[in-house]
Amino acid sequence: MISVLGMPLPALLSQLVLGLVNGSFYALLSLGLAVIFGMLNIINFAHGALYMMGAFSAWMLLTWFGVDYFGALLLGPLLVGALGLIIERTMLRRLYRIDHLYGLLLTFGLALIFEGLFRDQFGVSGETYEVPQALTGAVNLGFMVLPKYRVWVVVVSLTVCFLTWFVIEKTRLGSYLRAATENPKLTQAFGVNVPRMVMLTYGFGAALAGLAGVMAAPIFQVSPLMGSNLIIVVFAVVVIGGMGSISGAIFTGLGLGVIEGMAKVFYPEGSATVVFVIMAIVLILRPAGLFGRESS
Amino acid sequence: MSDGTCLQVENLHAYYDESHILHGVNFSVQQGECLSLLGRNGAGRTTTLRAILGLTSRRTGSIKINGAETIGWPAHRIAQLGVGYCPEERGIYASLSCEENLLMPPQVGAEGMSVTELYELFPNLKERRHSPGMRLSGGEQQMLALARILRTGARLLLLDEISEGLAPVIVQRLAEVIRLLKERRYTIVLVEQNFKFAAPLADRFVVMEHGQICMDINQQELPEKMNRLNQLLGI
Repeated sequence: MISVLGMPLPALLSQLVLGLVNGSFYALLSLGLAVIFGMLNIINFAHGALYMMGAFSAWMLLTWFGVDYFGALLLGPLLVGALGLIIERTMLRRLYRIDHLYGLLLTFGLALIFEGLFRDQFGVSGETYEVPQALTGAVNLGFMVLPKYRVWVVVVSLTVCFLTWFVIEKTRLGSYLRAATENPKLTQAFGVNVPRMVMLTYGFGAALAGLAGVMAAPIFQVSPLMGSNLIIVVFAVVVIGGMGSISGAIFTGLGLGVIEGMAKVFYPEGSATVVFVIMAIVLILRPAGLFGRESS
Repeated sequence: MSDGTCLQVENLHAYYDESHILHGVNFSVQQGECLSLLGRNGAGRTTTLRAILGLTSRRTGSIKINGAETIGWPAHRIAQLGVGYCPEERGIYASLSCEENLLMPPQVGAEGMSVTELYELFPNLKERRHSPGMRLSGGEQQMLALARILRTGARLLLLDEISEGLAPVIVQRLAEVIRLLKERRYTIVLVEQNFKFAAPLADRFVVMEHGQICMDINQQELPEKMNRLNQLLGI
């Protein structure tokens, strides 16, 4: 059997794929956080709860309404996105005039409330959600066996990340967004409805979290705590990538997923902390993050 | 275009948070007129422009643009009436390229200049089209700030200190462009510290002091009122 640094190749490759899958979730979630932070200057602590509700929306749609996975892939993000719009419109909007810390506190409180409500309803043990029929099974590549659903997760999230990057960096709508991020008042004075754009941005970031949740449902246990477990790592990803950097969030998310996967092969004891060690090193060497712009 | 009042400001009060900056400003601008808003630093000229656009934290009184009362409107709706704003700090987006800056402001009127025409008017911008906004020189930034509102079809231009801190050759270029805009019957409010720049361009001069209008004269009255004007401006 071929081995790399004393590890059998198939074990290495399967951890690599697993790392990419985790990295895909990190990328989707940190992308949403980055978009929201860029536009609203708010660190959205409710992000993990929105992700959790995305997963539950898939479960509820299937269990209560018979809507299958692919329906949920569309409806779940829409529902979570709509919740995001409501949160922005009714609560966050009132906080823009005061210190940004209040936005952080509000979203943190919302996360606790949402998690509490779901815990009250579903307990902590969680529900299971089957991998959809069309994506069960695996492809045998000869040197390794590749579960179809994992490939699907990586492909979908990379596609969504790329499209988001493309819209923000290369289109007219994206130029409004970047302009409003840099100078909201002037952008509004040019005739762009900035308050509406801020609302839609928060809704979009929430929808990305919802999408990640739906895709996570068949892999992880659908549980009220799934968000808070993941979100700490995602915050580390955002800090490493650079607050508010779109491409930083994507590359760092995927990269750290892979590094975490590799740590599981070579030094399993360190796999849970490797991200935070990297974060500490990056913060010492580049306080603005790998892709962040040094602010004055 | 028939003559009429393009902008009418009556008893305008404006505030930044708790500080009361404008204390009942009254003036009007006719269609196709070029009005220069003069005054010393801190007299309230910039605040007047920002209040017209709805960018101050609070404002009361009346601001009619082409007859529409806009005092309660948000900034983006006011801009959509065909108002173009060139802020004192120029407001070039650092993260957008020169051309992205030019193309960013949405259309607010029907007769905007084409990009080709703007590049003919400001050839420097064509050369620098792919440079990031933050790499442009002061003069290039100023030309870009003016060019990008001419593309949108705005017919009422609020220009804040466009000649400030620029080389004489660029100031001269900007004066030529203002003359061209006057020929094309744009309505222009020119906030200027530099009286020499504004004097030959403006049809009318309004002088502000302590957040109020203290003098309102036209081009013909300029010679006889020169002494009083000098006093007010401290030239």
